[in-house]
Amino acid sequence: MLESYLPIAILLIVATVVCLLLVAVGTIFGPRRKSFRKGSPYESGMQPIGPGTRRMSVRFYLIAVLFILFDVEVIFFYPWAVNFRALGLFGFVEMLVFVGILLVGYVYVWRKGALEWD
Amino acid sequence: MNDLGTNILIWVIHAVLLTVVLLTAFAYTTLLERKVLGRIQSRYGPNRAGPFGLLQPLADGIKLIFKEELTPAGVDRFTFLLAPVLAAVPAVVVFAVIPMGGKANFFGTDIHLTLAPNLNVGILFVLAITSVSVYGIVLAGWASNSKYSMMGSLRSTAQMISYELAMGLSLVALVVVAGTLDLNAIVDQQKELWFVFLQPVGAVIFMLAALAEVNRAPFDLPEAEQELTAGYHTEYSGMKFALFFMAEYIKMSVIAGLAITFFFGGYREPLPLFITRALPVLSVDNTPWLGPVYFSIKVVVLLFVQIWVRATLPRLRYDQLMRLGWKVMLPITLAWVMVTAFVVLLRS
Amino acid sequence: MTVEVIIFGILALIAIAAAALMLLTRNAVHSAIFLVVVMSSLAVLFLGLSAPFIAMVQIAVYAGAIMVLFLFVIMLLGAERIGARDMVSWHIPMAIVLAVAVLLLGGYVLLTNPAVAVVDLPTEQIVQGSAEAIGQSLFSGYLFPFEATSILLLVAMVGAVVLTRKEKKSS
Repeated sequence: MLESYLPIAILLIVATVVCLLLVAVGTIFGPRRKSFRKGSPYESGMQPIGPGTRRMSVRFYLIAVLFILFDVEVIFFYPWAVNFRALGLFGFVEMLVFVGILLVGYVYVWRKGALEWD
Repeated sequence: MNDLGTNILIWVIHAVLLTVVLLTAFAYTTLLERKVLGRIQSRYGPNRAGPFGLLQPLADGIKLIFKEELTPAGVDRFTFLLAPVLAAVPAVVVFAVIPMGGKANFFGTDIHLTLAPNLNVGILFVLAITSVSVYGIVLAGWASNSKYSMMGSLRSTAQMISYELAMGLSLVALVVVAGTLDLNAIVDQQKELWFVFLQPVGAVIFMLAALAEVNRAPFDLPEAEQELTAGYHTEYSGMKFALFFMAEYIKMSVIAGLAITFFFGGYREPLPLFITRALPVLSVDNTPWLGPVYFSIKVVVLLFVQIWVRATLPRLRYDQLMRLGWKVMLPITLAWVMVTAFVVLLRS
Repeated sequence: MTVEVIIFGILALIAIAAAALMLLTRNAVHSAIFLVVVMSSLAVLFLGLSAPFIAMVQIAVYAGAIMVLFLFVIMLLGAERIGARDMVSWHIPMAIVLAVAVLLLGGYVLLTNPAVAVVDLPTEQIVQGSAEAIGQSLFSGYLFPFEATSILLLVAMVGAVVLTRKEKKSS
């Protein structure tokens, strides 16, 4: 079982080593001349105002929650799709019920304007 | 069957070769893009370094090596270094499962041309890697301590997770038809008929969602330079910036490779059946090493299409982008899955 | 047996080390990164248990989707720089008491349960957790839990919208 995944692990290690090597090469050969201006975050040439990371809009949170919920739904589709021919009409109806209930949620989210980006 | 030690040696060589090929492909995709964009805009593109500018990527690479690696003040150093690596590595790792050929005989040993061919959950592996590739971008934005980076990375992340849904669902319709999650089996089933003819809507949705997923034009909002400077990699320079660049261009090849595997016959010959019947030597069944050749040809064609799209279409506005993802692509894909299932049900 | 036990040992060590680092780092974003490491090593452990489907879902949903939500929440609250001084005063003693209790409970179960041993199952007893096998049992024996999941997801959707969206005033 694990053996068929071993090449993936090997590629993962090789790719990580190559990426780190590239950064290392850049750090070794690149010049290092620090200055105050170079060190300050880019803000169209002005002195940065306030901290760079500030609290973000709650909309991104909402998108992430909705993403998780629909992602779980998508994951449930896969074992169904693989077995679809064997499950036949019964499987189709089962999935219709599942999708139907989720569509209620989708319509609710839509009607409440949670998908708007104004 | 070889023993484990030999196999590990073969895999290491294979993995190193694959990484080198992908790095070269990345370098020449940038050249291809600049050349094609140039021609479309009635100019030559790079043509000074070497014949037809063929040495341009090399010149760019050397220049980037000798650039200063800036680390702005207030940066979270650990995450700042981690982010470009996290962006580039997943793009490479997907290629472990994309089928590039069957078994071929090298020096008396049977070697599979795909690095990890025995995955019975291939599609899910692709989705898993896709969902992990968000981290490079979200962490880059947070670590940079810059407002442009932060905004760019937030937008980019929200865009990626929104289109991941449509991408995953479009593949569900494919799985209903193919009845397997194994990428090699999916390629084998397209011996006579490519799935793009059975799944035209699925193919279009997959390509669109994949373009949005890797932030390519017309969905390249994180790099909307007029409003966000350079998005999440504003503060990056030198080879760390090159890694982000590399991630983006290798991901172009990933999209091409996945679209080929799912819809365009994989590494199988792009020839009508009567030609391979007349000349069986051109079929990958008889000449396995032609697999990677056919695969590369198809990848170049799809890379060209992606560049063409970038040259043709204007960028979407952010609210249009989110509306397209959540209100258009998601319901259409869901409907397409159920329609596909219904048709398969009627025919069986 | 030996190779799998060694791999299990390495991954378990990685998972425990990452979990400890997650608790010990002061920075919430670093904690989230270490939690991703924990989730990913759990996924490989699932692979070792011949459950590739669960392993991939573990990465796609937990290491992918849920951790992105965690990062968003950390950034939403600006919580990444909350230091040790902001902790509640009874935090540390309470945590120690709970940790000792959990360790004692785990140890008790391990020591009193005679079935704790590393055994190689005969091949015919190993259940393959492939997508096909999971689908077959999910859509026949576990039909009701499957449909109930959709209700659960629906409730979560409504909850998220209610929590985050203010009703638009008509004025």
